[in-house]
Amino acid sequence: MSENIVSAPGCSAEKQIEKKIEKELKRRKSSIKSINERVAKLRKESVETEVKISSERAKLITEFYKSDLPKGKSIPVQRALAFRYLLEHCSLPIEDGQLIVGLRGTGVKEVPSYPEICVHSMADLEILNSRKNMPYKVDEDTKELYKDKIIPFWKGRAMRDILFENLPQEWIDAYEAGIFTEFMEQRAPGHTAGGERIFKMGILDIKEEIKRKMGELDSSDPEYYEKMEELKAMDIVADAILIYAKRYAEELEKMAEAEEEKDPKRKEELKQMAEICRWVPAHAPRTFWEALQHYWFIHVGVTYETNPWDSFNPGRIDQHLYPFYKKGIEEGRLTREKAKELLQCFWLKFNNQPAVPKVGVTGEESFTYNDFSKLNIGGLTKDGSDGVNEVSYLILEVLSEMRTLQPNTAVQISNKTPDRFLIEALKVVGPGFGEPPFFNFDGVIVKMLRQGKTLEDARTSGCSGCVETGAFGKEAYILTGYFNLPKILEITLNNGVDPRTGKKIGIETGDPRNFKSFDELWDAYIKQVKHFMDIKMKGNDIVEALYAKYLPVPFLSLWIEDCVKNAKDYNGGGARYDTQYIHLVGLGTIADCLAAIKYHVFDKKTFTMSQLLEALKNNFEGYEMMWEILRNPDKTPKFGNNDDYVDEIAKRVVDTVVEIIESYPPTSVRKASRRAYFFPTTCHVYFGKVTGATPDGRKAGFPLSDGVSPVQGMDRKGIAAVFRSVAKCDWDETGGALLNQKLTPDLFDNEENIKKLAQLIRTFFRLGGHHVQFNVISAELLREAQRRPQDFQDLMVRVAGYSDYFVNLPKGLQDEIIARTEQKIF
Amino acid sequence: MVKGVIFDIKRYAIHDGPGIRTTVFMKGCPLNCWWCHNPEGISPKPELMYFEFKCIHCHTCVKVCPLNAINFDENEVQHIDREKCNGCGICAEFCPTSALKLVGRVITLEELTTEVEKDIKLYDDSGGGVTFSGGEPLVQPQFLKEALKACKERYIHTALDTSGYAPREILKSIMPYVDLFLYDLKLADEREHEKYTGVSNKLIKENLKFTIENGRAKDIILRFPVIPGITDTEWNVKGWVKFLSNLRGLQEIDLLPFHDVGEKFHRLDKEYKMEVHHAPSEETLKWIKEEFEGIGLEVKIGG
Ligand code: SF4
Ligand code: SF4
Repeated sequence: MSENIVSAPGCSAEKQIEKKIEKELKRRKSSIKSINERVAKLRKESVETEVKISSERAKLITEFYKSDLPKGKSIPVQRALAFRYLLEHCSLPIEDGQLIVGLRGTGVKEVPSYPEICVHSMADLEILNSRKNMPYKVDEDTKELYKDKIIPFWKGRAMRDILFENLPQEWIDAYEAGIFTEFMEQRAPGHTAGGERIFKMGILDIKEEIKRKMGELDSSDPEYYEKMEELKAMDIVADAILIYAKRYAEELEKMAEAEEEKDPKRKEELKQMAEICRWVPAHAPRTFWEALQHYWFIHVGVTYETNPWDSFNPGRIDQHLYPFYKKGIEEGRLTREKAKELLQCFWLKFNNQPAVPKVGVTGEESFTYNDFSKLNIGGLTKDGSDGVNEVSYLILEVLSEMRTLQPNTAVQISNKTPDRFLIEALKVVGPGFGEPPFFNFDGVIVKMLRQGKTLEDARTSGCSGCVETGAFGKEAYILTGYFNLPKILEITLNNGVDPRTGKKIGIETGDPRNFKSFDELWDAYIKQVKHFMDIKMKGNDIVEALYAKYLPVPFLSLWIEDCVKNAKDYNGGGARYDTQYIHLVGLGTIADCLAAIKYHVFDKKTFTMSQLLEALKNNFEGYEMMWEILRNPDKTPKFGNNDDYVDEIAKRVVDTVVEIIESYPPTSVRKASRRAYFFPTTCHVYFGKVTGATPDGRKAGFPLSDGVSPVQGMDRKGIAAVFRSVAKCDWDETGGALLNQKLTPDLFDNEENIKKLAQLIRTFFRLGGHHVQFNVISAELLREAQRRPQDFQDLMVRVAGYSDYFVNLPKGLQDEIIARTEQKIF
Repeated sequence: MVKGVIFDIKRYAIHDGPGIRTTVFMKGCPLNCWWCHNPEGISPKPELMYFEFKCIHCHTCVKVCPLNAINFDENEVQHIDREKCNGCGICAEFCPTSALKLVGRVITLEELTTEVEKDIKLYDDSGGGVTFSGGEPLVQPQFLKEALKACKERYIHTALDTSGYAPREILKSIMPYVDLFLYDLKLADEREHEKYTGVSNKLIKENLKFTIENGRAKDIILRFPVIPGITDTEWNVKGWVKFLSNLRGLQEIDLLPFHDVGEKFHRLDKEYKMEVHHAPSEETLKWIKEEFEGIGLEVKIGG
């Protein structure tokens, strides 16, 4: 039998737990590898500096818009001039000892704000400054500035205000009820990754392209004016980044000058860095170092232009960097050690740029400093051969040595990926900081082909953000909001009324007590889903149109194909592929809820619908027996145990919801196709808060299941059973689905187990799974960390598609992670 | 249709032979080892197990038992009258929290093969298969043979986890369908074996020799439970070393460290005779490992 062995009498349970925790901590400690002095110093600074809000950007952009500079200009040109103004005047921080320059903001972890998108109120600033978890420190000067200059100017002009002004009441009602969220209320679209273009093109090449395109524009084209303005804007932002790099080169030269006697080695380095800044981004990079610096300038540009979701990322980085690496090694100008040090410096640049502060619902759906930049390694090359190379292994090493919150990684596994790579990556997972996650690359290709991408574009795709599949460098795949599937069942069971507020926000689909069969309930539920999807989709069209009009992003557009070619902005449909996503939350919960009703009310008649409704209304108080039965996996079918009864329901939910989403016509401006993702970030906690007791035995307010994982603690048959259940759904018709698994640390004690886990992952992918990530950590250790947070400041766990410091998480989310099943068997 | 009695089917097992496996736990065993890890496998009949920590004291079980075999005393301690109880399982069916669980059920060959077939892909990918364990599978020879055959027809690797305590004829009849024997060795001395397991070890030793004589030495993995104060004595280990050194062709022995399962005995109202409750020390495992390595065996800990 598979239950746990109980502790021996005479040896107290506490003692055993203590010993277990001790062993686990020892293992974690012993896995920490040493890094060189420079990197160690930079890392310390990067990890220990507290996060602050820097007012510089807000000040500059307000100055610009108040000045005469934008007067009489088109919106894209205004945005471009604003960008140039920012890069002409921003400070130029250089971390002591760094080899890569450029930071958005005034220093390490000093986060700029974007009042033209979301202007924080004084109350927001107070909360950000003083909250216990994840604070953003705000100094008095910044508060002053906000009070006197920023808020008065931007109130009513910020995108957030414009959006809420234009969205209809039914949208507001559903949003407030927690049926869905809106991604673009505080952050700009982005959700994309760089491709080959970045590593092959210099700004001067792009300026050439822009010039050519301007010459080709036909004045009889009805969009001639818009296109010309967009191209002008692109040209201005191209100049802007050249100015920025030149300013850095000068700064570095000045520093080198001053360095003179003190440290001749650093002096040399600074000179070399200045030379690099004089070459990139103007020209395409020639060396490994230049490639990293080149990308970083672009990264800073994209994340300084707006506050785009998921910041930005270099995409399939091992493939982009490999030619530079190979050439450097062959010519004897680069060593493996030097390449690694450069990558480590590069790594810390990401960590030095925490996510912008989010407040309200956005804060709840994405409560983290992590800005989701994701470096993809492995997969296939564009001609379809195995993509793993020496840089892939280097990156795994860097990942395991750096252990910083950012950047994130994605290990892409295809049938052609060698076992060695998979096993090396699993060994990084072992010590337990949540990275890296594993992706099914063959599945990525199928998804892309299904959406009509070319084979080559599919092979150069990857996963960004949490688990989002996209054609890197060629697609605007905009995420628009989370969608609460269980909440809609609650509304169905109340005939259109939200019991939390008593407001009728759904449609009338009948009193469920009169339903004769499960199918009647199903039909009612689907009608409600469609009703809310209609509202969300209409809202999406409005939001998209407003962003296209008011917030073009000419700088990002330089890098995503074919924006220049089409003379169209990224936010206005310029990319080669345009897609729009809804992210469904609570699949495990909704599958278990529907299965519980089908099983107990209609099949077994354990209790009646009205008894169930009474129990839900009373949060199961006075209905303890029913509650026990509903949450007992022996008595009620539960997703995640390879049980067709409920797995079929999960599959049906996925198929039906995907069909509904894809049935909408292309979007208003970008003509994007509509698609589905299944992942929650931290939204399952927020959605849980607004959802009452559910028929799966979940009490009111508790988190929903995360991603496509089974409900916390309900998967009792081991990890392979979870894989089986999850793989029954057709993830190829979605853009990705997130699966979390928690493994007991002992499993990593022996090499054999790691090999078996590798096999299981391959099987999962062969069956159609999209993604899996692991927390290798015991509930005991997590509880200890809750008790003594001061001693566990650096304990990192996997949350959704990213890792975070456990003690920084809100309590509800901490409890949710503890409640996840700790898989002791495969 | 042949039927068998099992008490569990564990899928995705990784400790019962190579790769990822499905382990079928068959009920009934002629031995009665003090340290038995699966005491619910000893009796051939279905039995009730009571998990006190799950019980919410709703007394549903008391109400539904047709034979009045369950009651709670004034301290709310549950008592099952094992004499009266016929193992119908009604109480377990109604118990909301699964505090009561019936272990043991009859299964047809067809049901078993359906279950086993579900993971063929996994076996293929991982080099796994099906393991028959228990209990002692050889107690149900006919069912076992048919089940093994069914696996072989589907090209599934088979393993038999056995005490070796069975009539020669039975062993012989199933031998062609077994790819791997997981063969348990407990006490080398006959009297001690009787004391701690209830039966003599003569047959076990002879059957091992017989298996080897049939050319199957390479298909045997020996399994040696390391029970503090019982099997881990110098006398016992040396006894086995001596016995094994006369056998040819054996390759591997796995040491299975003891862990305490007193609670399981308690759940079945069975007497637990073990006085030692701790796992063997690292040093103990190390010297036993070296002893067996001394006669050319590969030794794994855990297995
Ligand atoms: S039915 Fe189950 S939970 Fe209720 S008293 Fe009996 S054993 Fe306990
Ligand atoms: S198994 Fe049957 S006879 Fe035994 S206690 Fe339960 S209900 Fe009574």
